[in-house]
Amino acid sequence: MLIHKPADLRYSEITPKSVYLNRRKFLAGIPAAFLGARELLSPCARAQAGVKLPNLVKGPFSTDEKPNSYNDATHYNNFYEFGTNKNQPAENAGKFKTYPWTVSIEGDVARPRKFSIDEIMKLAPLEERVYRHRCVEAWSIVVPWAGYSLSTLLKQVEPTPKARYVAFESYWDLRQMPLARPELAGIAFPYVEGLRLDEAMHPLALLSVGMYGEALPPQDGAPVRLVVPWKYGFKSIKSIVKIRLVASQPPTTWNLANPHEYGFYSNVNPHVDHPRWSQATERRLPSLFQNHPTQMFNGYADQVASLYTGMDLKKYY
Amino acid sequence: MLRWSKILVFLLCLTPLFQLAWRVWNQDLSANPTEFIQHFTGDWTIRLIIATLAVTPLRKLLGLPDLIRFRRMIGLFAFFYGCLHFLTYLWLDKLFDFQAILKDVSRRPFITAGFTALVLMLPLALTSTAGWIRRLGGKRWRRLHLLIYLSAIAGVAHYYWLVKSDIRQPMLYATLVALLLAWRLVSWSIA
Repeated sequence: MLIHKPADLRYSEITPKSVYLNRRKFLAGIPAAFLGARELLSPCARAQAGVKLPNLVKGPFSTDEKPNSYNDATHYNNFYEFGTNKNQPAENAGKFKTYPWTVSIEGDVARPRKFSIDEIMKLAPLEERVYRHRCVEAWSIVVPWAGYSLSTLLKQVEPTPKARYVAFESYWDLRQMPLARPELAGIAFPYVEGLRLDEAMHPLALLSVGMYGEALPPQDGAPVRLVVPWKYGFKSIKSIVKIRLVASQPPTTWNLANPHEYGFYSNVNPHVDHPRWSQATERRLPSLFQNHPTQMFNGYADQVASLYTGMDLKKYY
Repeated sequence: MLRWSKILVFLLCLTPLFQLAWRVWNQDLSANPTEFIQHFTGDWTIRLIIATLAVTPLRKLLGLPDLIRFRRMIGLFAFFYGCLHFLTYLWLDKLFDFQAILKDVSRRPFITAGFTALVLMLPLALTSTAGWIRRLGGKRWRRLHLLIYLSAIAGVAHYYWLVKSDIRQPMLYATLVALLLAWRLVSWSIA
């Protein structure tokens, strides 16, 4: 049973970082502390991993469920560019260069352009949103993200009436990601994802630049990623470099790898099983037991169910 | 000398269990401890099955017939880790909900394969004693224990069907099992 904490407790009080930081990690953290100090002098360093995000405001849609520890959310990652084991991204992404960074927005838009990460960080007030995150592998966590609705960014480029889908692309560079090869990971690179335009414009769809009050660490998709909490985790593409507004449904990585198992929509749905395992329940980490009932649209049905009115979700899985 | 070597192999087979206990003690099991324990015990089940399959070829190729004395112990340890693996599924995944388990076993090929691999090992573990070899007679006993080949194939299929896209590890195990079975086919056809 989940014991709900009073809502006025902040996650930082519930899972203090100091609890998991052992001495060695503390010592290793000293250079980062210097970076933090340097950041006061140079505003450009704001997007760098681990740096505190100032002026976070409380955003909408937050759950009052207890967030997972920072350590769990940063040491249990599916980020195949840095290895297919979940402990590998934390080990291999440490030197991933996420600054400077630009995101190019193109396609069926009136004003195509490139955004620097500094511009993205300043485009709108950064909101803290605590979302449930449900992986297709039937585990789930709760994460306090920082960012704003993806629609804020998309409106900047003025999608034309032709635009009906949004295609996303992750960074891919074998020099920085030597494991990001299809023959090793079993999926194609660069990682690509997609949403229907109305899904992408939904206020729940978050463009995230941080978590736990800090800029995103590299293994969680720094410096900017998508968070689509009503869909399985792999839809929430990491380390975005390109966004393209298009007329027809774009290819998506897991669908290309195995179309029978991973659909374009991939909405969280307890009634549609993965061909190889049930999606009716999940393991809410760090629990040992697979006994947490999975909710329709991961519990966001009130917000997003109307996007799929009249659709057969068994067919469009 | 033989006695000591047996104790050594026994301790070697127990090392993974100690390693797992050490990680439990240090809470070093990742954010998803159940998954960690399942993968760990499943890995060691397949590795030890491969080790038992390797005994006969190694005896012949290295000229070390005495290796046979370790085979039963390694096989029983494979069964032991397989049971631990199955127990985590029954308890942590399914909370002993036998209806859900039956549905899983009948509907999900990778569960069916894993369940088959373990069930095939059960009669082998039960008849592993000298008494049972005598009761069955050497010929029938040997024929019964050919089931380990099927168990190994089912175990590898179980792992292969479980992974999402990175098939390197299951393919490594599949290759080893294929080589060890191919060696038998060749040696039988020569004999």
